[in-house]
Amino acid sequence: MVENRPLYTLMAHLVLILGVVLVMLPIYVVFMASTQAPADVLRAPVPMLPGAHVLDNYGAVLGRGLERASSGPVGPMMLNSLVMALGIAVGKIAISILSAYAIVYFRFPLRMTAFWIIFMTLMLPVEVRILPTYRVAAQLGILNSYTGLILPLIASATATFLFRQFFLTIPDELAEAARVDGAGPVRFFKDIVLPLSRTNIAALFVILFIYGWNQYLWPLLITTDPSMNTIVMAIQRMSVAAENEPEWHHITAVAILALLPPVVVVVAMQRLFVRGLIETEK
Amino acid sequence: MHKNVTFKGWLLPALLLVPQLAVTFVFFLWPAGQALWQSMLVEDPFGLSTQFVWFENFQALFHSPEYLHSLKVTVVFSLGVAALGLGVALLLAAMADHVLRGRFVYQTFLIWPYAVAPAIAGVLWLFMFSPAVGVVAWLLGKVGIAWNHQIWGNQAMLLVVIAAAWKQVSYNFLFFLAGMQAIPRSLVEAAAIDGAGPGKRFWTIVFPLLSPTTFFLLVVNVVYAFFETFGIIDAVTRGGPAQATNILVYKVYADGFVGLNLGSSAAQSVVLMGIVVLLTAVQFRLVERRVQYG
Repeated sequence: MVENRPLYTLMAHLVLILGVVLVMLPIYVVFMASTQAPADVLRAPVPMLPGAHVLDNYGAVLGRGLERASSGPVGPMMLNSLVMALGIAVGKIAISILSAYAIVYFRFPLRMTAFWIIFMTLMLPVEVRILPTYRVAAQLGILNSYTGLILPLIASATATFLFRQFFLTIPDELAEAARVDGAGPVRFFKDIVLPLSRTNIAALFVILFIYGWNQYLWPLLITTDPSMNTIVMAIQRMSVAAENEPEWHHITAVAILALLPPVVVVVAMQRLFVRGLIETEK
Repeated sequence: MHKNVTFKGWLLPALLLVPQLAVTFVFFLWPAGQALWQSMLVEDPFGLSTQFVWFENFQALFHSPEYLHSLKVTVVFSLGVAALGLGVALLLAAMADHVLRGRFVYQTFLIWPYAVAPAIAGVLWLFMFSPAVGVVAWLLGKVGIAWNHQIWGNQAMLLVVIAAAWKQVSYNFLFFLAGMQAIPRSLVEAAAIDGAGPGKRFWTIVFPLLSPTTFFLLVVNVVYAFFETFGIIDAVTRGGPAQATNILVYKVYADGFVGLNLGSSAAQSVVLMGIVVLLTAVQFRLVERRVQYG
């Protein structure tokens, strides 16, 4: 910048620090609460410094669950969430990259129709068609199963669109050369397109993992069997029970466990995440 | 849109498309069609008899004070979320665009909430504002404001708006910052040489050039508030107290799954689909424009 305004720069830093503090505050307060003894969380204000019950609280929710909310241990729920998040992320990427490849690299009848049908899925979030979708899942007999948690959510217009845009930027010379060398479409996909798409796949994976882990309404509808619960959907039931008989030292621990995996993914892969986020909206 | 070099054959591309199209048909198009059909039926609660009634369910919907109330609540909620989320993010992005040192560190701390599930975000803020143990509720009590979102509708609305906007600030921040960094330095520096201060530069150069990003984010935020905040409402207020936070998406669920009023719930689904289609169409117009000018 051509000018030097130390006061303005100082103010900018102060505003940013204030912003960071406000954004981090709930996570900090909840984390502190999750390390306290039960009695210390029951009166306001909750202590702002770490307590000595980290192992007690986290051990209890992971291994035994919340007794008063009659919920099972959280460990298996996290495993369910992980399976669901990975299944959705991998599934979406796999079927989207294949369909984008078909749409970009082939000429066949009804190509644009297929593209628009896929595109329409973007317009119909689960929330607006919950009852009929639930009925389809029930008829197929996939309630209370990993298939039921994953399969209905893996169609992805966004991912297909992203791969399509990327494939269009791959130089034609590559396909030409591959054809001259006698490579068919399968070989070209495996040896050229897939390696070139690596960064896009990684960026998309970060976004889709978070999407999958954070699913709430769908698992709430189709899992009635407690052994199939995911951690994000289970917490609502716990906090409802907490209104009558608060068990906040445990609920806060569950909340931290539920937000930790996606947050770690975002912070660890920040550059990929930012790239994926901004790319998927283009 | 076209590749000049393509492969021959139709069997392989058809096979490649089958998984995606099958999932789309079975879990998206078929249920959407069902919702459309169901929205024109009246069924008794036991499912013993059904009657085709054309648009009666829709008529009933738009004459129902409860539904109109829910519509109003949704509009207030989305405008609140968009205004708070965009305002805070714009301020933070402008500051981050100015500072040279530490931008990446600030960004790291500001993008966390994006990764937090709406339901979990709801629980975090519920704990902050809990009338019995919440830190913020306690502080408000100290300055003479009685906080109890379980009783007062306005407070409940404020709480869900804060929780929803908190989650969306990260997203808005990243897009605003990217937008600001795409503005040519020379423009801003020329204005600085002419003697325009930071405030003046922001309002006369940066903000107008940012308007495509702002419009785009406005639509994204409204879509988010309409459809993706189900978890927040369910975890924090469950639509209460006295319907004060019963947004449309929550009402579809409550009427269909809990109240078992299938015809009305399906009609509500259809109305929501209409809103989604409309908003998505607007969003794509904006994206097109953004690509053209950017």
